[in-house]
Amino acid sequence: MAIQIIDHAFDPYHEIQRYQSTQPDYLGAIGATSIFIGTMRDFNQGSQVTGMSIEHYPGMTEKQLSLCVEKAQGLWSILDSLIIHRVGTITPNEVIVLIAVWSSHRGDAFDATRYIMEALKSTVPFWKKECLDADAERWVTSNTSGYQ
Amino acid sequence: MSIKVYYFASLKEHVGHSEHELEFIQSLTVKEVWFEANADLALPKNTLAAVNMEYVDWNSLVIDGDVVAFFPPVTGG
Repeated sequence: MAIQIIDHAFDPYHEIQRYQSTQPDYLGAIGATSIFIGTMRDFNQGSQVTGMSIEHYPGMTEKQLSLCVEKAQGLWSILDSLIIHRVGTITPNEVIVLIAVWSSHRGDAFDATRYIMEALKSTVPFWKKECLDADAERWVTSNTSGYQ
Repeated sequence: MSIKVYYFASLKEHVGHSEHELEFIQSLTVKEVWFEANADLALPKNTLAAVNMEYVDWNSLVIDGDVVAFFPPVTGG
């Protein structure tokens, strides 16, 4: 399991390949790799969004992300997982979050990825502030459920 | 007793600072910590609380050395 909080743009596909190449112990057991990539839009709630800053609570962020993964490990058979989340200043089309889950079977990989993402959205202490046209800013006040 | 209190995101702007130390004599609940630290400020609806980086409810007791954090609903991902 790896969790990274980073303040710069990254290529999620490169990070998945790089991480997997460093984990030779279970390579033969992998039957499924499920990934979720969250990308910043240039619109939200009827407004054009030109940028975003993401604040977090260092320490609690990593602790809560670990809990998300541990709970998923209790529910599904997972070989490994990688989570990368941006903080700081972000512009549209940049990746905000990557979740990758490796498993022997697709069902476990799919379900665990979805679970970790939804748990992240509701429990991990990140906060987004959007930059709008005309130099206005606003906090994003809540996340919607991905199951609605 | 002494605890450290942190505020994040919109709540940091609401209280006007990101952290402070709070001294107190008797045990306090998390809710009492808010009003000890912010006597003149209403507690915004939906505020979340953590002690030592774990979510707690408002009636949890804090002890000497605890780190309390107040913040709005999370919006990552």
